[in-house]
Amino acid sequence: MSVVAALVRPATPTGPAGTDRAGAPARPGRGYRGLLVPGLLYLVAFFVLPVGTLLAMSLYAPVPGGELGDFTPALRWQNYPDALAQFWPQLARSFGFAAVATLTCLAIGYPMAYVIAVRARGRPGLQGLLVVLVVAPFFTSFILRTIAWKQILADDAAVVTALRWLHVLAPDGRLSAAPAAVVIGLTYSFLPFMVLPLYAALERLDPRMLEAGADLYATPLTTFRTVTLPLSMPGVVAGTLLTFIPATGDYVNSSLLGNNTTTVMVGQVVDARFFRVLDYPTAAVLSVVLMVSILVLVTGYVRRAGTEELL
Amino acid sequence: MSRARLSAAVVPVFASLGFVFLLVPVAYTVLFSFNDAGKTNLSWQGFTLDAWRNPCGAPRVCEALVGSLQVGLVSTLVATTLGTLLAIALVRARFRGRGPVNLLVFLPMATPEVVLGAALVSQFLSLRLPLGFWTVVVAHVLFCLSFVVVAVKARVATLDPALEQAAADLYATPWQAFWRVTFPLLLPGIGAAALLAFSLSFDDFIVTNFTSGGFATFPKFVYVSATRGIPPQANVISSAMFVLALLVVAVVAMVSRARRRG
Repeated sequence: MSVVAALVRPATPTGPAGTDRAGAPARPGRGYRGLLVPGLLYLVAFFVLPVGTLLAMSLYAPVPGGELGDFTPALRWQNYPDALAQFWPQLARSFGFAAVATLTCLAIGYPMAYVIAVRARGRPGLQGLLVVLVVAPFFTSFILRTIAWKQILADDAAVVTALRWLHVLAPDGRLSAAPAAVVIGLTYSFLPFMVLPLYAALERLDPRMLEAGADLYATPLTTFRTVTLPLSMPGVVAGTLLTFIPATGDYVNSSLLGNNTTTVMVGQVVDARFFRVLDYPTAAVLSVVLMVSILVLVTGYVRRAGTEELL
Repeated sequence: MSRARLSAAVVPVFASLGFVFLLVPVAYTVLFSFNDAGKTNLSWQGFTLDAWRNPCGAPRVCEALVGSLQVGLVSTLVATTLGTLLAIALVRARFRGRGPVNLLVFLPMATPEVVLGAALVSQFLSLRLPLGFWTVVVAHVLFCLSFVVVAVKARVATLDPALEQAAADLYATPWQAFWRVTFPLLLPGIGAAALLAFSLSFDDFIVTNFTSGGFATFPKFVYVSATRGIPPQANVISSAMFVLALLVVAVVAMVSRARRRG
């Protein structure tokens, strides 16, 4: 089994709580406590504190008569309505594009994961090969792969020509520099993140369950709906989160495959506000809003899906 | 019967389309390393090996590659060390506040890269820290750390604590028990985590773009060139990395198979 497959292989359960309660060493795990320190210090210094700084910066006020990019610590709550009034379309678009890309990933990724986990079961060589094919894109440059979509979806390339010939697109219809191109790019970018957790979940599926369904005269479709899908739910939740969260903040696809009007996503705005406009508070507000909305959405989603088991 | 056979064939056909969708852009990036490109490498002009003969032929492309390799190696080393310690402690240690600590480890993974980048850059701006190599390393260690913890934790959970007890019964110091028993057993997981960390770091763009200032990395180089036209040398470097990664995977697979056969 390859290194990569080792990463996505489900860990064997170690007891009801997933902890080592059952086989704890004679000396309780006090000696291990010190090992927490370096990692925790790192996370506090470079994650907790920066997030705090970001929150503070979202309330900064411009220095009266100051230069561009001069701000002073303040509690200017007005920054929030101001930034949202100006950039709500980009925020809404980010969530919309990410949602469509996530659903598309699920539709494409589920059959892939099913074939790897269920159809190729008992053939470790084939399974390993297919998993390597899923992660193979990671071994080439993400940005170059995005540029490849620019080439594939170009006006004079085969895809657009074929779609025009089929009258799916108008004779002058385009895919490039349009929302469709950005959504295709997002779908493509995060598809492996959908397939891997789904594969891990389907791997755990007992094949006798599927046989039992067939023995009870269920059609393949019914078996899928009543047995396979419910049992793979943890994988669906993990996969959709791993796809949706990075897709909302991504701006590589929207800036390389989109245009400057109907495809701009919130990440592009944050980047431009930080480095081109030097408007730090607005950039911070948008980042905070993005993070908080994701946390709210994810918490609600995980509760509703009824699975607390992530990864 | 034929209907059953039809439905049995539908899923693999759909799945194959998915694999094609996944791999066509990869094929494009490799193919265009052989393109006789003029200024822009966007359309096919003809076959040539020029870029392969002279992979550093484009200005600054190799400088950016070296930058990415340096960041990748340092970040992988730090993230793998910190993450492994954290993973062992999270599985083995008894302490209150396990929930919050797990959440803290998980949160950077659940934060979009833009937010991570924005938080780090606001911190660096407040501290008046100049952006460069070290700020990029700090950022990369942060997002690799969580992935390392998840990967190594899975491996630690499969270890039998009795093994370490046995070592202790045989008068091994905790230090010896770790290096002679625990570490060798964890090594496959740690190795996998390190490879994952390196590939995440090497290909990262968004967080890097926020925290790097003038420091060049390979993805940044490609992104910046995209407006003017990406030199085929970038495709050569990317393709070479691709082949190298596949070789690593193949070697690891062969070694583990040979081990299993004894």
